[in-house]
Amino acid sequence: MPKILNIVETAYRATIEEQDDTILWLTHALKNAGADISLLLRANAVNYAVKGQDASGLVFGEASMAHSPEIDKDLEKLAAKGVPVYLVEEDAKERGLSDADLISGVKKISRRDLPELIDQHPQVWHW
Amino acid sequence: MASGKTITIAIMDAPYESANSTTALRIIHAALQQGHNVNVFAYEGAVNLTMKAQQPHANPVKGTTVEQEQHPTTKDWIASLFKLAKDKGVKLDWNNCGLCVDERGAGDWIEGPRRGSPKDFLEASSASDATLVIPTK
Amino acid sequence: MAKHIFIESRDPFDSADVDYFSELVQGIANRGQEVILFLVQNGVLATRRGSKHNERITQFMKHKVKVVADGFSLRERGISKPFDGVEVADMDHLVKLLLEPGTKAIWH
Repeated sequence: MPKILNIVETAYRATIEEQDDTILWLTHALKNAGADISLLLRANAVNYAVKGQDASGLVFGEASMAHSPEIDKDLEKLAAKGVPVYLVEEDAKERGLSDADLISGVKKISRRDLPELIDQHPQVWHW
Repeated sequence: MASGKTITIAIMDAPYESANSTTALRIIHAALQQGHNVNVFAYEGAVNLTMKAQQPHANPVKGTTVEQEQHPTTKDWIASLFKLAKDKGVKLDWNNCGLCVDERGAGDWIEGPRRGSPKDFLEASSASDATLVIPTK
Repeated sequence: MAKHIFIESRDPFDSADVDYFSELVQGIANRGQEVILFLVQNGVLATRRGSKHNERITQFMKHKVKVVADGFSLRERGISKPFDGVEVADMDHLVKLLLEPGTKAIWH
């Protein structure tokens, strides 16, 4: 099975309704199905690696969210499952994110090294 | 003449929202026309592409009736792609993500697609000659 | 040597992220890989003669990137003759490219 690189760039797309990010969820599912898969966070999705995200407390009339998304924890679970999680360091820096803001277990990669990362993966799925 | 080759395509956009849907269907058409098998993984909003209840409508701005307007529906285009696959003797395997279907209430679809999962997508991709992911924004 | 098809669907007037994709395309080409940039949908707007993004096309060619534009997307937008050096093709051609052994396809 060829190595897959999932690239995620769009952050917080329906994450409340889905209770997770659809592509992080898909990455989990593919890993569970036996995929040799890595994850790259770029553009706004670098914010997924920020510690302490809290989307709790939403109420619509009498309906309240029982379980809000926990994207940072989902990423930690992916890394714990053996999925290499990369993050474009310039994208994080431009958005004011320092190492102290980010969860551990995420590998920073420079934009200039993205071609090499892509070369290492026969399948590149840019979501 | 069937080529024996297979392309897998993942799509995410809901119908009538993005040019991506049309492009994806054009790619599928071209692949089938060339005699290739095609696997489709319809993820998230793309599961609505095949919903049976889609209906053409009149156009009050143009002043046309339903018959005059001949408004296309994605489910009819996709039904036509299934027919093309049959005529060409190749396979169009359209996999609607089951959980995406459930949360959208989109379970009533035209003849042809099946309910599936990310595992099906992975297996289809692994057995294919090419994979293309067309994401939504 | 792997072949790469980068499919750009975004309009450079609308999306600053086109710059990222352009850098990636040129970065891969600079590694000696065979690279085709296939423009589709609003991605073809950069090929209209006189567009300020024509220079972008020239840069791709300098990096030995073959630039192809979807004929339907051009016609749909009233572009009868794209910028010099841009090949016009259709989805039949894209499917053939996708199925060439060792080809990696990336959509943006």
